[in-house]
Amino acid sequence: MTESIPTRGERWMLPDAVDELLPPRAMALERLRQRVLGCYERWGYELVMPPAIEYLDSLLTGAAHDLDLQTFKLTDQLSGRMMGVRADITPQAARIDAHQLRRECPVRLCYSGTVLQTRPDGLTGSRNPLQVGAELYGHAGVESDIEVIALMVETLRTAGVASVHVDLGHVGIFRGLARQAGLDEAAETALWDALQRKAVADVDALLREYSVPAPVAGMLAALPELTGGVEVLDHANERLAEASETVHDALRRLWSIAGALERWLPSVALHFDLGELRGYRYHTGVVFAALVPGFSQEVARGGRYDEIGAVFGRPRPATGFSADLRNVLALADEAGATGVVPAAIGAPWTDSTALFERIDALRAAGERVVWLLPGHEHEAAEMGCDRVLVHKGDGWVVESLD
Amino acid sequence: MHDQDMLTIALSKGRILEETLPLLAAAGIEPAEDPEASRRLVLPTNDPAVRLVVVRATDVPTYVEYGGADLGVAGKDVLLEYGGQGLYEPLDLGIARCRLMVAGRPGNEALRRPRVATKFVNITRRYFADRGRQAELIKLYGSMELAPLVGLADLIVDLVDTGNTLRANGLEPLEPIADISSRLVVNKASMKMKYRRIRPLIEDLRRAVTTAA
Repeated sequence: MTESIPTRGERWMLPDAVDELLPPRAMALERLRQRVLGCYERWGYELVMPPAIEYLDSLLTGAAHDLDLQTFKLTDQLSGRMMGVRADITPQAARIDAHQLRRECPVRLCYSGTVLQTRPDGLTGSRNPLQVGAELYGHAGVESDIEVIALMVETLRTAGVASVHVDLGHVGIFRGLARQAGLDEAAETALWDALQRKAVADVDALLREYSVPAPVAGMLAALPELTGGVEVLDHANERLAEASETVHDALRRLWSIAGALERWLPSVALHFDLGELRGYRYHTGVVFAALVPGFSQEVARGGRYDEIGAVFGRPRPATGFSADLRNVLALADEAGATGVVPAAIGAPWTDSTALFERIDALRAAGERVVWLLPGHEHEAAEMGCDRVLVHKGDGWVVESLD
Repeated sequence: MHDQDMLTIALSKGRILEETLPLLAAAGIEPAEDPEASRRLVLPTNDPAVRLVVVRATDVPTYVEYGGADLGVAGKDVLLEYGGQGLYEPLDLGIARCRLMVAGRPGNEALRRPRVATKFVNITRRYFADRGRQAELIKLYGSMELAPLVGLADLIVDLVDTGNTLRANGLEPLEPIADISSRLVVNKASMKMKYRRIRPLIEDLRRAVTTAA
């Protein structure tokens, strides 16, 4: 099976899963981006603009194996070092917090920018998502988790989405149980993989294979079933009663987060999934995602990742989330919150000062005015105009196009 | 009915459908018409909020992962070949059992770099690599047994039920790769947003599976 080489006639084609935005979508996305960043600013998050390309070492922090596969790489011809095109802005924000800002107080950063990924994330997934997100550094308590989850929900509300589901988990639960069971790395990875698929049959088979002793085996086997509403946390207290302090601490954190979110955001449906191990190698605490009915993939996700700053010389507690703004735009479309680009006013081309001043005044008042260049006076509608400027008496008046 | 209130279950025709319908019936879901006979791709059921879609077996994971269906039934062979962690597999239905095997003329399993004909290229590559061996893969879509007979391949990797087809063609099962049965698969977002409907359905099916066993 040979890939066909595009002929000259197919030069317009873009690579698979690489997309672009055309009018009027591009402007709709830009407006949404401004609204979202404006919201982050009002919450006290400062905008950073890291470069699209960096040395690979700084992009691939921790054991971020997934990110390694997702990153386009090239050799820097100046230094001979490997560079990567960012596949995620989060490590860049962490680098900025740990090394550039060096503040001791909590730091709130937000960003938006294109990232490139070698493989599309999902069926309709793009390889050039427009990532938007917010990160909070320097605070290890649940209060900062609650803040960023609330801001994630606010991001979707900004796009007009009314019905938001938030999925909550905590990687410390599985991590604590795996340690309690004394699993080696290979066993932990195999079990992690089966848990990610909630493959109960495989989990049971692995627990037998590794001869995990009864109380811990029972608790690990319970994880795929510990999903559902807030009652899951009650079930977890019973079924994980014999777990280590790490696990109980994780459960207490989830309780606090659930309590606060239920009070602050009563309209948000909370779902708990104690077997959810998204970004397991990278996250260190609570993990969360936003889901919206009718959308079969998470529209935003995040979690706590306390260790990441260490590679930049300063370990800092960290929590945050990000989303592909194109998905948020699609949600805004469905909610009818995208907004319509207003029609323009066409102006015939003359070098009259009176006309120029009239146009200037209209533009100052927020109108869109386009010159109908000589030879194109009859194409006003095609150029998006519903009105035209007409010379009447000694002035210029706006008249409807028909 | 709003799409968001509908549960869609993806099934494939043949053995899986035949053996899944009694389990669904035990959970109170029965198709409004015989899916094997019908030409319709979307089948209503006795429950107005549940419908069935009939797709190719290898397409079930794709439909479910990307939300074309909330649930589905897929062979473990299909899931292993599909790979990844994009789906939940909460229940082994214990149906459509068979084995995934390396087969061929005896002795060929010891070849240094065997040519292996299969439709399970991902599973085959992983299986040989895990054993420190490299295989040349030949992707075929059917009649695997023919490949060694005409010199196209040294070995095949295929599902073996009774082994009669192999023996009729002078081949033998050589190495077992995995025991196969069909699993219930669930879309991750559906599981999280429609859990109040999906979890009871899984429990009903689990009981039906236990009873059947």
